[in-house]
Amino acid sequence: MNGSLALENVTKRFGSFTAVDNISLELKEGEFVALLGASGCGKSTTLRLFAGLETVTEGDVKLQGRDVTKASASERNIALMFQSYALYPHLTVAQNIAMPLKLRRLSAVQRLPGAHLLSAGVKSQEEDIQQAVKKMSEMLRLDQLLDRKPGQLSGGQQQRVALARALVRDPSAFLLDEPLSNLDTQLRAETREEIRAIHQRTGYPFLLVTHDQSDALSMADRIAVMMAGKIVQVGTPAEIFNTPATQEVATFIGHHRMNILPAGVAQQLHESTSGLSLGIRPEELTIVQEGGLPATVDTVTFHGEETILKLRGPNDLVLRSVLRGRSDLPNEGEQVLLGANRNALHGFDSDGKRAEIAK
Amino acid sequence: MIRRWTTDIILVGPAAIALILFIFLPVLIVFVLAFTDYQFGASSANWVGIENFADLFGSDLGRKAITNTLLYAAIVIPTSVGLGLLVAVGLHSISKTLPRFSNALKAIYFLPVAATLVAMAVSWQMLMHPSLGLFNHWAVALGFSPVEWLTDQNTVLYSLAIIGVWQSVGYNMVLFLAGLTSIPDTLYDAAEVDGAQSGWSRFWLVTWPMLGPTTLFVLIVTAATAFRVFETVATMTRGGPAFASDTIVYALYREGFVYFKAGYASAITVVFFLALLLLTVIQLLVVERRVHYR
Repeated sequence: MNGSLALENVTKRFGSFTAVDNISLELKEGEFVALLGASGCGKSTTLRLFAGLETVTEGDVKLQGRDVTKASASERNIALMFQSYALYPHLTVAQNIAMPLKLRRLSAVQRLPGAHLLSAGVKSQEEDIQQAVKKMSEMLRLDQLLDRKPGQLSGGQQQRVALARALVRDPSAFLLDEPLSNLDTQLRAETREEIRAIHQRTGYPFLLVTHDQSDALSMADRIAVMMAGKIVQVGTPAEIFNTPATQEVATFIGHHRMNILPAGVAQQLHESTSGLSLGIRPEELTIVQEGGLPATVDTVTFHGEETILKLRGPNDLVLRSVLRGRSDLPNEGEQVLLGANRNALHGFDSDGKRAEIAK
Repeated sequence: MIRRWTTDIILVGPAAIALILFIFLPVLIVFVLAFTDYQFGASSANWVGIENFADLFGSDLGRKAITNTLLYAAIVIPTSVGLGLLVAVGLHSISKTLPRFSNALKAIYFLPVAATLVAMAVSWQMLMHPSLGLFNHWAVALGFSPVEWLTDQNTVLYSLAIIGVWQSVGYNMVLFLAGLTSIPDTLYDAAEVDGAQSGWSRFWLVTWPMLGPTTLFVLIVTAATAFRVFETVATMTRGGPAFASDTIVYALYREGFVYFKAGYASAITVVFFLALLLLTVIQLLVVERRVHYR
């Protein structure tokens, strides 16, 4: 029962503070969307609005076209994986995974210990649940750990339990709150692939909430960039990276922060940019022999595959350049000329909006 | 080597000597006295074996004190732990919407803990006075017949239990409140997402198990206080009427400090000490295994 989940013109206020400001975002069937933003931008609140853990102040929430604005979290049947995993510490792994099914399929009386001894109906339900738990635990390689308590598991194992608990009940959508932030680098890469694989296998609409742009770029079909409670750009990872809609998005996305040349300095690099500031990714800013922007090399930092130069340009403007390869590295204190391919330049007007550069 | 050894002795010595002199030695003396017929002021004592213990368990009076104490504890422990939890959950849930009201109520519930019980007993005595007391005044106004709160053999223990509960609910509430604030909010979110729709099912899925360690501690503390009930008995009923409210610690006080039967009082102390020790060990062994999730 997959389908689309959408926020329509949703605003959420806490007292006088507006956490989420008139946003619309849709998770289409089978789609993997990333909600990307710095901490405090309102992305976690947005996730809670999707899940039904917070109620909207204004606007509507739609699930498969149905209005679920007033529906509770469990009525929406949306799975949520918490950043802290939020496993029940007193229950075993198997009991944790079984809990969503038990809460949905059995009444409070039927959940009492020993109820399956008295009622054949409860017994067959319990057996179904055990089957589902077994299937899910095999899929996520948890079958050896079913009798352990969460406290006895490693971080990665706990996360797989949280995944299993979220997925065991055929949810209408799957929301992930910063799923990778508690993992070390090695496990991060594996988990990215694992989550991608689960998405492809299950086909649920996925919403990944993250502050890490590389998680969003590498995993999502579509990215919504959120800043100060507003969604400032929605697009494919390539669109977000190659044509950022605002200067803020441009400097937020990318492993190395984009260089911004203010209007005056920009013209020294590219003549037809009157009134625009220019953005150049450090990977695109290279040393040229003639006709570039003069700059002094402040520091040279060797990072293995790449070397990062910190430079001082006109008006003491700090610039960064990332060079690949090991040849022709300048020395600290050396005067160099900087240049960039025209296609790699991003123009922004005085409001920070993207502006096309005349060719 | 010798120098380290001397340093250790100098550091540990004073505390160890104080401990031996003021705790272990008196306990040892009590254990020895329990097997004698020693009386305060007497110059000699005879070894009587287990006669004191036989007296305690064999006489009607001794058995009455024991059963009274057990009944009192059986009422006070579950009631004050249950009410403490109820009040704490209630105050915790309104602490976000009505913070001031919640704080005021917390202070009120905690007042009996801070107050001196002996002084409070006077107020209770007035409230429970058969003809002048407010309780009977209300009872009559509501159409009930007046109750002999402290002078009827069949009600006096329950009246004392009410005061015992009143006195310990506030303390239990504070402990439960501390336990409640340490439960992460995301567990409640997880429970809600997993389908625990009602507050009732979230309580059994999250609150109750997460409060396990707190509840164990509250149980032990409340049990220890309930079994030691003394002030209210001593000031309000003196064990009466007709020993209907005689409890172990009050009997111990009466035998030791009114009748000066130090040997018998020591025997009561030994039994009481061993019973409390046993209770605590059982609670720790049985319950501890179920409340810490590692």
